[in-house]
Amino acid sequence: MNLTLKVWRQEGPQAPGRFETYAARDIEADMSFLEMLDIVNEGIILAGGDPIAFDHDCREGICGMCGLVIDGLAHGPRQCTTCQLYMRNFRDGDTITVEPWRVRAFPVVKDLVVDRGALDRIIAAGGYVSAGTGSAPDANGTLIPKPDADAAFDAAVCIGCGACAAACPNGSAMLFTAAKVSHLSHLPQGQPERYARVVRMVERMDEEGFGGCTNHGECAGVCPAKIDMGVIARLNRDLLVATLKGGG
Amino acid sequence: MAILSAYRTTVGKKIVMAVTGLIWVGYVVLHMFGNLKFFNGAGDGLGTINAWAHFLRVFGQEVVGYAGVLWLARVVLLVALVLHVATAIQLKRLNGASRPVAYQRRGYLQTDLPARSMWWGGVFILMFVVYHVLHMTAGTVHPAFVEGDVFHNLTVGLGEPLAGAFYLTAMVALGLHLYHGTWSVFQTLGVDVFDRSSAIRRAGQALALVIAGGFMLVPLSILLGFMR
Amino acid sequence: MTEVMQTPRIKRMTAAPAWGESDAQPDGHVPPGPIHEKWQKHRFAMKLLNPANRRKYTVVVVGSGLAGGGAAAALGELGYNVKCFCYQDSPRRAHSIAAQGGINAAKNYRNDGDSVYRLFYDTVKGGDFRAREANVHRLAELSLNIIDQCVAVGVPFAREYGGLLDTRSFGGAQVARTFYARGQTGQQLLLGVYQALERQIERGAVTMYGRHEMLDLVLVDGVARGVVARDLVTGAIEPHAADAVVLCTGGYGNVYNLSTYARGANATAVWRAHKRGALFANPCFVQIHPTCIPVKGDYQSKLTLMSESVRNDGRCWVPVKPGDTRAPGAIPEAERDYYLERMYPSFGNLAPRDIASRAAKRVCDEGRGVGPGGLGVYLDLGDAIRRLGEDVIRARYGNLMEMYEDITGENPYRVPMRIFPAVHYTMGGLWVDYNLMSNVPGLFVGGEANFSDHGANRLGASALMQGLADGYFVLPATVPDYLARAGSVPLSTDHPAFRTATAEVEDRARRLLGIHGSRTVSAFHRDLGKLMWDHCGMARHDAGLREALARIPELREAFWRDVRVPGEGGELNQELEKAGRVADFLELAELIVTDALHRTESCGGHFREESQTPEGEALRDDAHFSYVAAWRHNADGPPVLLKEPLVFENVPLAVRSYK
Repeated sequence: MNLTLKVWRQEGPQAPGRFETYAARDIEADMSFLEMLDIVNEGIILAGGDPIAFDHDCREGICGMCGLVIDGLAHGPRQCTTCQLYMRNFRDGDTITVEPWRVRAFPVVKDLVVDRGALDRIIAAGGYVSAGTGSAPDANGTLIPKPDADAAFDAAVCIGCGACAAACPNGSAMLFTAAKVSHLSHLPQGQPERYARVVRMVERMDEEGFGGCTNHGECAGVCPAKIDMGVIARLNRDLLVATLKGGG
Repeated sequence: MAILSAYRTTVGKKIVMAVTGLIWVGYVVLHMFGNLKFFNGAGDGLGTINAWAHFLRVFGQEVVGYAGVLWLARVVLLVALVLHVATAIQLKRLNGASRPVAYQRRGYLQTDLPARSMWWGGVFILMFVVYHVLHMTAGTVHPAFVEGDVFHNLTVGLGEPLAGAFYLTAMVALGLHLYHGTWSVFQTLGVDVFDRSSAIRRAGQALALVIAGGFMLVPLSILLGFMR
Repeated sequence: MTEVMQTPRIKRMTAAPAWGESDAQPDGHVPPGPIHEKWQKHRFAMKLLNPANRRKYTVVVVGSGLAGGGAAAALGELGYNVKCFCYQDSPRRAHSIAAQGGINAAKNYRNDGDSVYRLFYDTVKGGDFRAREANVHRLAELSLNIIDQCVAVGVPFAREYGGLLDTRSFGGAQVARTFYARGQTGQQLLLGVYQALERQIERGAVTMYGRHEMLDLVLVDGVARGVVARDLVTGAIEPHAADAVVLCTGGYGNVYNLSTYARGANATAVWRAHKRGALFANPCFVQIHPTCIPVKGDYQSKLTLMSESVRNDGRCWVPVKPGDTRAPGAIPEAERDYYLERMYPSFGNLAPRDIASRAAKRVCDEGRGVGPGGLGVYLDLGDAIRRLGEDVIRARYGNLMEMYEDITGENPYRVPMRIFPAVHYTMGGLWVDYNLMSNVPGLFVGGEANFSDHGANRLGASALMQGLADGYFVLPATVPDYLARAGSVPLSTDHPAFRTATAEVEDRARRLLGIHGSRTVSAFHRDLGKLMWDHCGMARHDAGLREALARIPELREAFWRDVRVPGEGGELNQELEKAGRVADFLELAELIVTDALHRTESCGGHFREESQTPEGEALRDDAHFSYVAAWRHNADGPPVLLKEPLVFENVPLAVRSYK
């Protein structure tokens, strides 16, 4: 199939961006979206141009490095990572608009590459259990009911791609933050720091310049790890309890 | 202190939005219930809207004086409204600033019109509330306001097609606002109700439709000539 | 136990030797004493540093996966000044994250007869007797602490209804010692490491350099004293001085271009260290995983693994007749060859990775492969679906089936899946002693980057175990011991060694950018990958390896003459990054082939067609090859082979048999 791409090009964080149009020819249905971009880039390079910069790494949907807004949807129409989006989801002759994550907290580095350091800093604010290496008791010393372990796992599968914030009409990173809060608050190991953690992480999230959650659910709609909005309710509850306890 | 520091976060602000919103939900439910007494007709007989208005003023007067409870409620509502609006403005600013460059193309998968209309719908409702107080409580913009004769004020005031249409439009906005707002209160206060099959979410949405529908019955019945 | 038959060694060509040999034996510094006491006694013998003095020591850690991230966090906790580098934007994206199956630990929670000794024994045997016993025993001991530590930091392992940890059997082991977190064990373990690392970053103990790539190792007076890294965003070439350098940069499987590795995974750090003097051990030991989704076309960038667990219910088959192009459903039962069940009746479809991979290659070589190019075999769940129902299969493998359907566009519940082996892991790597220090003082190597504890073949669920053992426990013990002995010697990055290395790195980038050739980096990478897969893949033979050895230098020469790298050095330039990596692959490939050529025995993942039993099974040659092949770089000629003899005092040498 032959496609037309409208791709956001931006030389650096301060440079003004613009859309450039490229033709993607002889694209096969079995190609991934990123393989399609590889081909377009090889064409650009051989024609003497500057290839489109985009992030990617594992190309199997788990590392969270890739992420493009495709026709207005973070990671495209399939609720999977961009690397797991295959060209059979498009039709011959389509025009596809490709943009970077657009969130103030994710400044554009170049073209479609953005800086998601804000997400690391949210984790650094408290998204962990303070257990030093070597200090651990026996793994079976604390029983964890299977439903709790499963609920923790459901939240822990976040891949940190940032699609939630990119898709949110408010540019909020609540799903990301809440996934980590929820993961740790379901486990006995996470209890001692539970309320201090949620306050610190939410404060850091705000400092980074993300917006607030108004329960649109776009985040969960695009989340390739299929994290549920329930994690946000849990974060809200933990923050409310933290406030009532006077903690934080 | 903890409450103040929590308020500084976006989530704390949302909790304020939720609690103040919930106060107003309670109020509009009562208000709508009172409005339905309109259909018991004019005069001040048992069950009429005029009697209801009178009751609201004399209720609890032995303790707090005439209209004391009413004023207390008004103060609570006003404080809630100010907090709701002020917080909304702060959140709107934060949210607006979070995406300096808009998407060229924008698609949605989950969100709906009620969720997306919260801000402008809210602004519209606020304008309506101001107008409505001047129209039906203070009477300053009412063509023939009679203190205490609510039935008269309604039939005359909403009989004007423009005022009636404004009222109806505002109720559509209110319905949308509550459709998203009512269940969101629970989500924000920590009850997971996002799933579209959640009973609380559905109940909230049903309540929104009942409230907006109930309010609309009065102007519709006047404009269509059922009530004079 | 069987005494191994010896095959006559293939005589080396005399004309231009492909390698040189040295009598020097690298010293593994294995502590004396009984195997189960070595580590504890060794730890007691280590020198300690006063907590107040630790801050004076800077440790550079390159890589942020289980080994690197774990070591960086643990060393930061201890009070050392740590600088951690990764090429991804965040340490959370290291490719440890992609491991699916699980992590082994000798907890014996099942009371099924497991023990540290049994895990040790299984790993030495599974590695086809090409690993150092003492290291493997330590790995088995530490496996106990790893699970404890992971649970303590909140890794949500699978649980039973009683709240205890669940385990399953994996990779042919007879005990259920594999802990897992659904199909995302690597992800959950890495996130545990990442969170500990972020905690140290917040404390200021670790400085994180994301989007930085190490491009050279700096030696002062023969001791590793820092690195030169490129800031991938600004293009700046930066020197970083350190008291010790720890490389945990993963494996080099991307030499083959198509692999299950992350696209960015590369060998540059280890190759640069090798060129500065670090020995490279057993480079030809490459693991080829049997169950990957087959190649579709030239454009393909990545091969995706289907968890081995599918082989529990799936049956591998190909048509009996070569060239049979009928749809799988149209081939009657009698005309199907369930080749694994036929060749290995006792293990059947659960034969180990190297065996299953080679069997698939064999039937495809016979012209019986299926799918495009005849490079595929069926992995058929049809029987299991008929026996257990589609719902049971969906509950067991639903995620995998969805993934398969997304990638191939075929419904695996209707049509048998097609699979083919793919490069998955490298057992070879930089040579290290018992302390995980290379022959270059101050240069430590952990995780897949070192030549590791897996010998010639890694068992399933052992990679995560080794990464965390190195990162959480070994390096945080041995690096401080080294620092305490070496003492704090201040060093400025103005030192000539840094200036020389920085200039060399800058010059190399300039050269790449100045070629302005006619082919892309990716085109060269594809050529190299195909050459390596065809000549140094699942089965290797003398003539093929020699041909590869002749063609790799030609390809390298063409690369440096005709590659096109657009853009400039002082910016985010992904093509320049790729070019540097492929340039190094083009050198490393030659060493891999040389190692494969010299090792005329078959063992583990290394199968020499000249060395097989009459039934076509791998035939080890312990009399001649029971050693670690540690290669020394030689700028003026072929690489030089050093041999570290392997002594098996605890696990008797035996032939692996899965018949």
